[in-house]
Amino acid sequence: MSSKTNTGTPLIDMRDICISFGGVHAVDHVSVDLYPGEVVGLLGHNGAGKSTLIKILSGAYKMDSGEIYVNGERADIRSPRDARRYNIETIYQTLALADNLDAASNLFLGRELTSPLGLVDDDAMESEARKIMARLNPNFQKFKDPVSALSGGQRQSVAIARAVYFNAQILIMDEPTAALGPHETQMVSELITQLKAEGIGIFLISHDIHDVMELCDRASVMKNGKLVGTVDVADVTDDDLLSMIILGKQPGKAA
Amino acid sequence: MSEHSATRNQPGLVQRFMRDTELDTRLLGMLGALALIWVGFHVYGALSNGFGAFLTPRNLWNLSVQTASIGIMACGMVLVIITRHIDLSVGSVLGFCAVIMGITQVWFLPKLVGLEHWSIWIIACVVGMVAGTLVGAIHGWLIAYLSIPAFIVTLGGLLVWRGAAFLITRGETISPLDSTFKLLGGGPNGAVGATGSWIVGIIAAIAVVAMIIMGRARRKRFDFRLRPIWAEWFIGIISVGAVVGAVLLVNAYPWPTGIVRRYAAANDIEIPEGGLFISHGFAIPVLILLAVIVVMTVVMNRTRFGRYVYAIGGNPEAAALAGINTRWMTVKIFALMGFLTGLSAVVASARLGSATNALGTLDELYVIAAAVIGGTSLSGGVGTIYGAVLGAFVMQSLQTGMVLIGFDAAVQQVVVGGVLVLAVYLDNLYRRSSK
Ligand SMILES: Nc1ncnc2c1ncn2[C@@H]1O[C@H](COP(=O)(O)OP(=O)(O)OP(=O)(O)O)[C@@H](O)[C@H]1O
Ligand SMILES: [Mg+2]
Repeated sequence: MSSKTNTGTPLIDMRDICISFGGVHAVDHVSVDLYPGEVVGLLGHNGAGKSTLIKILSGAYKMDSGEIYVNGERADIRSPRDARRYNIETIYQTLALADNLDAASNLFLGRELTSPLGLVDDDAMESEARKIMARLNPNFQKFKDPVSALSGGQRQSVAIARAVYFNAQILIMDEPTAALGPHETQMVSELITQLKAEGIGIFLISHDIHDVMELCDRASVMKNGKLVGTVDVADVTDDDLLSMIILGKQPGKAA
Repeated sequence: MSEHSATRNQPGLVQRFMRDTELDTRLLGMLGALALIWVGFHVYGALSNGFGAFLTPRNLWNLSVQTASIGIMACGMVLVIITRHIDLSVGSVLGFCAVIMGITQVWFLPKLVGLEHWSIWIIACVVGMVAGTLVGAIHGWLIAYLSIPAFIVTLGGLLVWRGAAFLITRGETISPLDSTFKLLGGGPNGAVGATGSWIVGIIAAIAVVAMIIMGRARRKRFDFRLRPIWAEWFIGIISVGAVVGAVLLVNAYPWPTGIVRRYAAANDIEIPEGGLFISHGFAIPVLILLAVIVVMTVVMNRTRFGRYVYAIGGNPEAAALAGINTRWMTVKIFALMGFLTGLSAVVASARLGSATNALGTLDELYVIAAAVIGGTSLSGGVGTIYGAVLGAFVMQSLQTGMVLIGFDAAVQQVVVGGVLVLAVYLDNLYRRSSK
C-alpha cells in the first residue's frame, strides 16, 4: 500500500515543474510522481498551486520549465488532446461543462460517437451515458436537459462520469466530491478504491484530511507554489498533515 | 412569442399532447407570430383598402424571394452569435462579393470565353463565394489569433469592404449580368415551374417520412421511449400537408400575361381563350435557401462541428479543455459566414440584374435582427437555424405588409425596430417561464 512497494517505473513523473503568471510563481520547482494502482493526495491551502500543477499535466497550461515522464518516457503535453492521448483524464475543479449541452453531449465532448456516415450519434451517446451514470449516480434521470438545469452534485457526477468513461490510466480529480451529498461521496470513494484495484493511478486533490487519510497511499503537500514534502499516509497522523499544510514543515525533520 | 402555447383547452390534455408529439413550443410560438402578422396585414388591407393583398399567391411568392438573401446569411449569423461573436460586416461583404462577381462576368470572362458563354455563371458564382469565404476567414483569423474583438474587426470590415467595392467599380453599376446567372435571382424564368415544384415537393415529403421512420427505428434500437403511433402520424400528416400546401401555393401564382405572350410567341404556342396559365413554381433563390437550411441544420445538429459551435458558446473554457481547437473553430465559423454571404450576394445581385457597390447596405442589421428574433441568444450557446430563418420571414413580412398597406419608409423603420426589441423581451419571458 505504501511507496515502499513502489518499484519499477512510475506512471507519471513530474520533475521540477515551474509556471508563473505575471510574476506570481504559482508552481515553483515542484516534483511529484504516481505509480500504478496508487492514489496520491495533493494538499495545500487555497491558492497553493494544486490546480495549476495538475492543469499542466492535463494540458490546460504550458509549464515554463520542468519535465514530465509518462511510463518512463519523456512526454510532450501541449494541449488537452495530448493529455488524453496519454490516457490522462481530468475532473476539473470548475467541472468544465458546457452548460447548454445535455449530459451525454458533455460526456463525449471532443470524442463524439458517430454513425458510419460520420454524423454524431446522439442516441448511442445517451445510451452509453445512461450506463455509466447508473454506476455513479443511479438516481440521475435528467438526460434530456442541459446541464445548467442540474444540481451542483449532479453536474459533478457528469464530470466524474466523463473522466471515468474513457478507460483512463491516469486520473486527476480536483476536489471531486466538493458538491456531493454523503451518499454520492461514498460512491465516489468506492469508485476510487475500485479504479485503484484496476491499476489506475489517481491524483486526488482534496481539502478533507479524513478523505485523504482513508483513500490515499501518499500525500504531497504544497504551500505558496512550493512542495513542502511527500509522505506515506500510513506513517503520519492527521495532525502531521495539518501542520505540513499550515506551517509548511515536514514532520520529523529538523526544521 | 410564447402566447401560442397557451391554448384554451384543458391544460392536462395540452401538456400531454405537447409531450407525446415532442413539438417545440418555441417553433410553434414563432409560427403563431408569423400567422398573426400575415392575417393581421390581410385583414387590415381588406378593411381599410377593400382588398386584402397579403394572403395571395403573388404576395407570398414574392415574400419568399425577398426573404432568401437575408435568410441565407442569417443561417451563418446564428453560428457567429452562438459563439458569442457578432458580424457587422455582412452587408458590406455582400456588396464586395457582388462587385467581384459582376466584374468577373462583365469585364473579364466575356473577353476570355465569349459573351453569354455557358460557363460564365458557374465561374462567377465560384469566384464570389471564394471571395466571401476568404474575407470571412481573414476576419476569423484576426478575431481568434490576434484576439481583436469581433465587434471591432467586423466594424472595420463594414467600412473596408464597402470602400473596396467602391474602389473597384468607381461607383459604376456593373451590368448587364449573364442571363443564366440572373436566373438565380428568381423572376418568372428563375423559377422551376409546376412540374419542377411537384418534384421538389415529393422529394421533401419522402424525406420527412423517411426521417420519422428512421428516428423511430433508432429509438427502438436503444430502447428509448417511443412517440405514440398517433403522434407520429400527426407529425407526418402535418409536415407532408405543409409541403403540399407550399407547392400548391407557388403553383397558383401564374406568369404575368406579357411574359406569357412573349413565351408563347417564341415557342409557337396558341394562347387559348381566357389566357394561358403558366405557374411560377418555387423560385430558384428560395430553393437555394431551402438547401442552406437543410445542410446547416444537419451541420448544427448532427456533426461534430455543430456540436463544438454550441459547446464553445456554452463554455469556451470547457470546450478548450475538451480538446476543441477553439481558435481554429472561430476561423471556420467566420469563413462559413463569409461563404454564405457570398452565396447571398449571388442571389441579391442576380435578382437586381446588376452589381453595385451599394448592394447589401444595412443588411447586417437585418441579418442580426433575424437571428435574434429567431431566438439566438446574444449571451451565447443558444440558437437554431430554423429560428433565424423564421426571424427573417417575420421581418420581411412586416416590411412587405407595411408597403402593401401604404406605410412609408420611416414608419416601417420604427415598427421593425420596435418589433426587434419586443421579440427579444418576449423571448426572455419565454425562457424564464420554461426554466
Ligand atoms: N490563469 C491564471 N492566471 C493568473 N494567475 C493564476 C491563474 N491560475 C492560477 N493563478 C494563481 O496561481 C496560484 C495558485 O492557484 P491554484 O488555482 O493552483 O490554487 P489551488 O491550490 O488549486 O487553490 P484552491 O484550493 O483554492 O483550489 C494562485 O495565486 C492563483 O491566483
Ligand atoms: Mg484548486
